[in-house]
Formats: sequence, structure tokens, C-alpha cells
Amino acid sequence: MGNSAIEIAGLRVVRGGVPVIPSLDLTVPVGQVVGLLGPSGSGKTTLIRAIVGAQIVEGGTVTVLGLPAGSAALRRRIGYVTQSPSVYGDLTVTENLRYAAAILGMDAAAIRHALTDVDLLGHAGQSIGTLSGGERARVSLAIALLGRPDVLVLDEPTVGLDPVLRRDLWELFHRLSRSGVSLLVSSHVMDEAARCDRLVLLRGGAVLADGPLADLLARTGTTDPEEAFLALVDQAAARDASGPAGVAARDGAGTGAGT
Amino acid sequence: MSGEASAALSAPAVRDVPSRVMTVGLTAATARRVLTQLRHDKRTIALVVLLPCVLIGLIAWMFNGTPVLDQFGPLLVGLFPMIVMFLVTSVATLRERTSGTLERLMTLPIGRGDVVVGYALAFAVLASVQALVIVGFAVGVCGMDVAGPIGLVVLVAVLDAVLGCALGLGASALAKTEFQAVQLMPLVLFPQLITCGLLMPRDEMPTLLEWISRVLPLTYALDAMQQLAAGGTWTDVRGDVAVIAGFIVGALVVGAATLRRRTP
Repeated sequence: MGNSAIEIAGLRVVRGGVPVIPSLDLTVPVGQVVGLLGPSGSGKTTLIRAIVGAQIVEGGTVTVLGLPAGSAALRRRIGYVTQSPSVYGDLTVTENLRYAAAILGMDAAAIRHALTDVDLLGHAGQSIGTLSGGERARVSLAIALLGRPDVLVLDEPTVGLDPVLRRDLWELFHRLSRSGVSLLVSSHVMDEAARCDRLVLLRGGAVLADGPLADLLARTGTTDPEEAFLALVDQAAARDASGPAGVAARDGAGTGAGT
Repeated sequence: MSGEASAALSAPAVRDVPSRVMTVGLTAATARRVLTQLRHDKRTIALVVLLPCVLIGLIAWMFNGTPVLDQFGPLLVGLFPMIVMFLVTSVATLRERTSGTLERLMTLPIGRGDVVVGYALAFAVLASVQALVIVGFAVGVCGMDVAGPIGLVVLVAVLDAVLGCALGLGASALAKTEFQAVQLMPLVLFPQLITCGLLMPRDEMPTLLEWISRVLPLTYALDAMQQLAAGGTWTDVRGDVAVIAGFIVGALVVGAATLRRRTP
């Protein structure tokens, strides 16, 4: 209990009548960078929303730092980055952070610190409307870092970033994890898998595989994450074919265009 | 719990805390943020403040030389800001809902009341400027002659505009898209405009309609302005003012209650 940041048991989420997550179990250990990978529509965002307490869930338990997801005490302990940057387009970078800082009880030094982390100190006075997509995404990330959270949940934080920035951000994620922060980072780019301590592969709202990349490669006899994922998908499909109940459940989930 | 040495690699113990609906500091922070957004949008401020003046000016011009402006001017001075503020508020909150900013906001330690009342306070500031300018313009430029105290006309105009904001915040939960949001105005305000006594004195209406008009806030907003146009004083309008204030509070409570931390 004390060694896992997130514990999920029997999570079930239905969106628009479709079971986007039929039943999911997952444990995210403390102080690791866990990559949540899977094709679009596999339930990554829904799972993330359930962890931060933004998703109405049908059943199961989601526990973060020992408390039920969505508990008031967790609101200052979790940093959440939504898929599209949640920033106010008509404010400057600093004005956006200032509002979040007021909510989290942080000061101007913390704002500068967060902006330095995402390499945006030079844009502090700029209006969000004049920033590029990648810069906006980093402002959104800076807001999530602001309260020095124990758990960071990031929904595709590196989309639209150039290779240098992506490398810098992954270095930042590992620096944070070394200081005890637990990170769950979703991505649909398989080559980011190599940067994670541990991988969770999601398909049709279910965990296809969970473990370090080396283990997954060894288990599937492949040499890169994409091949490993495809091999696991084929294995799962073969398993589904042998059990009719499994097919029904997975087909239902597979059609869920849940984001 | 694990020992001191492994503290860095074990989950920090977190105890749950009560969730607060509202705190003064965070409500003020939200109001400050919304006002900063407005300050960056000078064209909106110009439209909100100047547009009602243009409309009043048109009516004053059209009925030049008749007592129409003195009779109906105060009503319009109350109505225009209310309609404008309703629209501005429902669009602003819809934008917050669809852009993802509200989703993250609801995962942060801020109360739902902080968001809704913060918005209302910020728009109340804009509404006050608007009400002062429109009353000043109607009296000073168009020559509107109000029999009752002009200070009360300003007060009721401000309250009407704030009521517009509060109704916009309260109704915004009904709209999920921009198309739905623009329909909220005819949905929420038009029935009130029809039954408030502007088109027909309320005592001449069918009884059922007259009863309906009694539970709609615009009836009281209009009654207050009619009283003031006819030379009424504080004792004549205080009942209306109390009812309008009650509706403002009620609409804000609905707005905060319909704000959801968890969504489908």
C-alpha cells in the first residue's frame, strides 16, 4: 500500500452507453515514470480522468496515495495535464500561472521555478495567443508542476514538441521521479516507451501488458516497442478467439471511440 | 508505513480534508483572473459599455419630443445591460467548459462557489461600469427625465446586470455547445420579457400568466424601474430590490451546484 502511488481494481467506465473500460486493474509504483501506451481510442484519457477524479465511473476502486481518487486532499498532491493545453488563451503565461499559484498557495518564486523547468522563462510576459502549440503545452505542464505534486498525471504531454524539447522534458520527468514523484505519462508514440521505467500497454480499455520494456521485449521475442505491442495484440486476439465471452467484451470496448 | 530511510520511495501519507465550497481568497483570485481576461479584450469592454448607449440613443432620437424616453427609458436602462451580461456570461462559462480549463480547475483545491461567485464578481464590476455609463448617457446626453432618485435607477440597473450574469451562470450548465448556448437567451429571457409587464400591464393578463410572471425575476426588475419612472422612492422599490437580490443568490447557488467535478 505504502509503495504504490496509484492502485486501481476492477475499474469500469461507461461513456455514452459504451464500456470504454470494461474492467481494469493497475498499480503504479512510487517514484517511477510509468508510460501509458496504446492506440487512440484505447481508453488512455478515460483512465487518466478516472485517476484525477474527473471521470464518472461505473464501478471499481481507484486509490491515489491511499485515498479514493477525487478526494479533496488529493487536489494539492496531483498535477494533471489535460490532452489539449488547459490554459487561458487571453492571458499571458505569468497570469495563467499566477491564478493557479493563488489556488495552490504558491508564490512568485514557485512560478519562476516552474517556468524554468519547462524552459519558458523567456516567454513569461507573452500572451498565450501568440505562443506555438508546443509552448502552450509547456505552459499547461508548468501549471501542473507548480504545486510540487507527489503524483503527476500527464496526458500526451510531448505531442507537437520537437526532438530536443521532448528529450529535455523526459529528462525533467526522470529528475522528478528521482526526487520521489510518481509519474504516469500517456503517449500514442511507441518510441517514447524506451524512456519509461515501466510500461502499461492499453487496448480496448484493458491492460495488455504491464512491466519494464526489457521484460516485454523478452516475453514477445521482439526488438522494439512497436513490434512488442503488435505481438501482444495478436496474442490477445488469439485468446479472444478461443473464448466467446472475451470476444464480446473486447469488441464492445474496441468500438468505443473514447478519447 | 515504511521507515525513514525508504521515505522517498513510499507514498506520502495523505489525510483527506473537507472540501470547501467557497473561500474569500480564492473567489477573489477567480474574479481577478476573469477581470484580467476582460482587460486584455478591449473590444468586448467597448461593446458591452457602448452598445446599450447606442440603443438608448436610437430610441431617444426616434421618439424625440415625446415623453416616451422618460416613461420607458428607465426600463430599457435596466433591460439592455441584463441581456448583454447574460450573453457574455453564458459564452464565457461555456468557453471555460469546452477548453478544458474547467476540467483541470475542478481537480485543483478550489471550491465550486469560488469559480461561480468569482465570475459573478468580475462581471458585476463590468456591469457596474456599464450601468453607470448608460444611465449617465440617458440622463446627460438624451435628456431622460426620471421622476424618482437617479441613484436608485443606477442601483437597480447594476442589480439587473448582475442578475443577467447570475442567470447566465446558472443556465450555462444546460448548454454543451455554442449553438445551444446562444439559444439560452431566448429560452431564459424571452418568456420573462413577454410576461414581465412590458407588453401588457400584468393585471390585464390571463390569471395563469400573471401567476407565472410572479415567479420570474424580470417582473420585479421591471416593476422597480416603473416605480422609479413614476416618482417612486426607496420604500416603493425595496421589496423589488430584495427579490432581485434573492434571485441573484439563488441563480449563483444553482450555478455552483450544477458545476461538476466529475463528468461523463
